[in-house]
Amino acid sequence: MKFFALIIVILTGAVLIYSTLDMPDWGDPNSPASLHVSPRYIEKTIEETATPNAVTSVLADYRGYDTLGETTVIFTAAVVCILLLRRFEDDKTL
Amino acid sequence: MIRLYDDLIIQTVCRIMIPLIQLFAFYVIAHGHYSPGGGFQGGCILGASFILMVIAYDINWMKRRFSEKKNTLLMAFGVLIYALVGVLCILLGAEYLNYGILNKIIPTDSVKVRALGTLIIEIGVGITVMAVMVSIFLNLTTFGKHEKGEV
Amino acid sequence: METVIGKYNYWIYIALMMIGFYAMIAKRNLVKKIVGMNIFQTAIILFFISTAYKKDATIPILIKSQEVIDPAKYINPLPHVLMLTAIVVMVSTFGVALAVIMMLYKQYKTLDEDEIIEILRKKK
Repeated sequence: MKFFALIIVILTGAVLIYSTLDMPDWGDPNSPASLHVSPRYIEKTIEETATPNAVTSVLADYRGYDTLGETTVIFTAAVVCILLLRRFEDDKTL
Repeated sequence: MIRLYDDLIIQTVCRIMIPLIQLFAFYVIAHGHYSPGGGFQGGCILGASFILMVIAYDINWMKRRFSEKKNTLLMAFGVLIYALVGVLCILLGAEYLNYGILNKIIPTDSVKVRALGTLIIEIGVGITVMAVMVSIFLNLTTFGKHEKGEV
Repeated sequence: METVIGKYNYWIYIALMMIGFYAMIAKRNLVKKIVGMNIFQTAIILFFISTAYKKDATIPILIKSQEVIDPAKYINPLPHVLMLTAIVVMVSTFGVALAVIMMLYKQYKTLDEDEIIEILRKKK
């Protein structure tokens, strides 16, 4: 059983390494991840939002709606933990 | 976690360190604009200070100072702050979560008011993350029964 | 040789991913599977952050006194933002998974997945 798992893991690893031969090099300034909208965020963040920290201005101003969804996710996780586990002492229904 | 004895050194040091840890957490939340930090990071540090209270002392020692009902209310209050800022922007005339229109209430520049809007929502996110950390920790370590203490 | 120098960061994080993947499918204890899931998610987060690096660039906190801001001097801030969301999702799924495991232990008195399947098969 564990031998099958090892073969599957090695096969998956080989396929993933074969697919990274196509990706851009490490430290390449012309990779597609840093070309389309990211230079605009870096150039315009002080004149549009008065925040020198580019990560906070993208997280809370340009992409503020995603941060609202993420806060809802962590709130839902806490509600699920309370629902599953909490037992009050005067609860007679087992 | 069954407690065998109370250690005097750990309790005294924690009594001094916990307000300083909370002050550092507020610093990290407020300086999210100028240095690495922000709402999530500061909220985690603030939640860790309450978990340190439970580890060094008893669970009832913490609940006498910060009850579970206040914790659950704070958890919802943080998300409410975030959503209400967006609705306020709609009532003033612009789209949802467009902080440039808060100019009509707060008398500053049209660009600086965007930094103020991000500060308000980061405070809301920090409060929610703090309450969630404490709530998940209490429920997982006491198996749901808070009055019996740590199992 | 140039491919190794250009891509060795991806290969290291793929090795870490495969360690977590093996722990998820081959171990019998439920808590060890959840630890494997955590290793897997951490490797994915590090993989994305490593694509944000540019040569001879510094952290994306801008210096205010400059007139013209050159985007090639600062690393890409977008993967950092997306990975903050991923870290929060990681913590949430970890908390909910541990709560479900505790309820399973209360019901079946064991944490071994083979024994749980045996009990379920006998009950039917």
